[in-house]
Amino acid sequence: MGILDKHKIIETNATLLLILSFLVVTIGGLVQIVPLFYLENTIEEVDGMRPYTPLELTGRDIYVREGCYVCHSQMIRPMRDEVERYGHYSLAAESMYDHPFQWGSKRTGPDLARVGGRYSDDWHVDHLRDPQSVVPESVMPKYGYLEATLLDGEYVGDLMATHAFVGVPYSDEMVEAAREDFRAQADPDSDFDGLMERYGESVNVRNFDGQPGVSEADALIAYLQMLGTLVDFSTFTPDASR
Amino acid sequence: MSKKQDDDLDYETTGHEWDGIKEYNKPLPRWWLWTFYATIVWAVLYTIAYPAWPGIREATPGLLGFSTRAQVAEDIASFEAANAGINERLASVELTEIAQDPDLNQFAQNAGGAVFRTWCAQCHGSGAAGAKGYPNLLDDDWLWGGDIEAIHATIAHGIRNEDDPDARWSQMPAFGEILAEEEIAQVVNYVMSLSEEPRDASMVEAGETVYLDNCAACHLDDGTGDRWQGAPNLTDAIWLYGGDYDTLMETVTYSRFGVMPPWTDRLSEAEIRAVAAYVHGLGGGEAPAE
Repeated sequence: MGILDKHKIIETNATLLLILSFLVVTIGGLVQIVPLFYLENTIEEVDGMRPYTPLELTGRDIYVREGCYVCHSQMIRPMRDEVERYGHYSLAAESMYDHPFQWGSKRTGPDLARVGGRYSDDWHVDHLRDPQSVVPESVMPKYGYLEATLLDGEYVGDLMATHAFVGVPYSDEMVEAAREDFRAQADPDSDFDGLMERYGESVNVRNFDGQPGVSEADALIAYLQMLGTLVDFSTFTPDASR
Repeated sequence: MSKKQDDDLDYETTGHEWDGIKEYNKPLPRWWLWTFYATIVWAVLYTIAYPAWPGIREATPGLLGFSTRAQVAEDIASFEAANAGINERLASVELTEIAQDPDLNQFAQNAGGAVFRTWCAQCHGSGAAGAKGYPNLLDDDWLWGGDIEAIHATIAHGIRNEDDPDARWSQMPAFGEILAEEEIAQVVNYVMSLSEEPRDASMVEAGETVYLDNCAACHLDDGTGDRWQGAPNLTDAIWLYGGDYDTLMETVTYSRFGVMPPWTDRLSEAEIRAVAAYVHGLGGGEAPAE
């Protein structure tokens, strides 16, 4: 069998085996991973995606801190049952500003990729406080303490600067106005023109938890109410080659 | 026994020896080896048949033209095609005629039940009995109207949301900013007296005056409410947020602002009509207004 009989040389020479294994894994990695960074049909462009507002970004941090991703996915797969239950399947562009992404890998609770606008703010407050009060069969723990913890947004500018560092297009102006925008979004009586100018007219400006001050519940609900609502599907044509 | 051992020593060994035990270097079974080669061939053919090899702009599409997105689009299209006839009929008939047509009604009840359990049950409960702040849809007490046209309008446009200009809208003032606490206590006692026993009967009379001056415009003089404004009937024993003294004090002081999202963006007209027929058929559905 010629060359095939030479495997004894590799098998009896640990260093050579290590070098050749490394080479094989490297080639495999390059072929599988690198193209995803440049192929046009993996980074499909869509209208409407914008970086998260300071309040939403803070809410996202709370989402990560509380480990929501352990039980909730944010990834609607392209299958009929999922599309009918949750809405249009998720697009890669929808997690382009997520560092790290929140796709999750297990659904003890439902998928949250398009939960935005599906329930009222009051529902979210009731549901975080006591999930079983609105969904008796739920096994979700209570998160009532979120509304009791007030935030002043002191570090939200730093958080945004860090996201800008890894590629999220936050301008210097956005970072500077971070704290101001953070407070404005949770207070409908504030002057939120600047917030709208920086992030678009469709930003939800409400007192999400219905209580004075900006609480962690405000931030988390602002994040949840935005999820899946950014992409303009009226101008979206799916690239067929996927 | 010993002869067999000698025979075995004719095979090539790996050269390793532990306590006199040697390790043979026997080739893999022929069938195993050929299966292994077959899987390699299979893998190569697979990458030709399906999208695989990355190029400059995109990956090779594969000879079979497989696409996950095309598959889900096809799945949905074939399902929609199968129901197209009846969905079209459902979306075009007069709402009041759905219940008259047994086939259509059966379809609407089943489809509507599925829509309800997917999109509505989180607030109104899987059995539609509601929860505090989320109306019970099984009884005959309706905030915005219980005939099928009214139910359809509520589902389509929602209540007090900012997303739909046709959403039902009304706002009870927070009377904590308008009335003194004493007056609120009086009016709460009056309201309690309309359906059951007040907490403090001596306040009822004064409460009636406060009521007529401040509340009757929406809840009407007799307290039976006004569906044009979603103002609840206060004379029955059905309470959305609770009819005890403390809850009513909170309701009057801070007011309530129940929100329901619009569903026109998420559901088709046929689905909205199906779920309207389902809710109408739950028990409290009313005949159309003349």
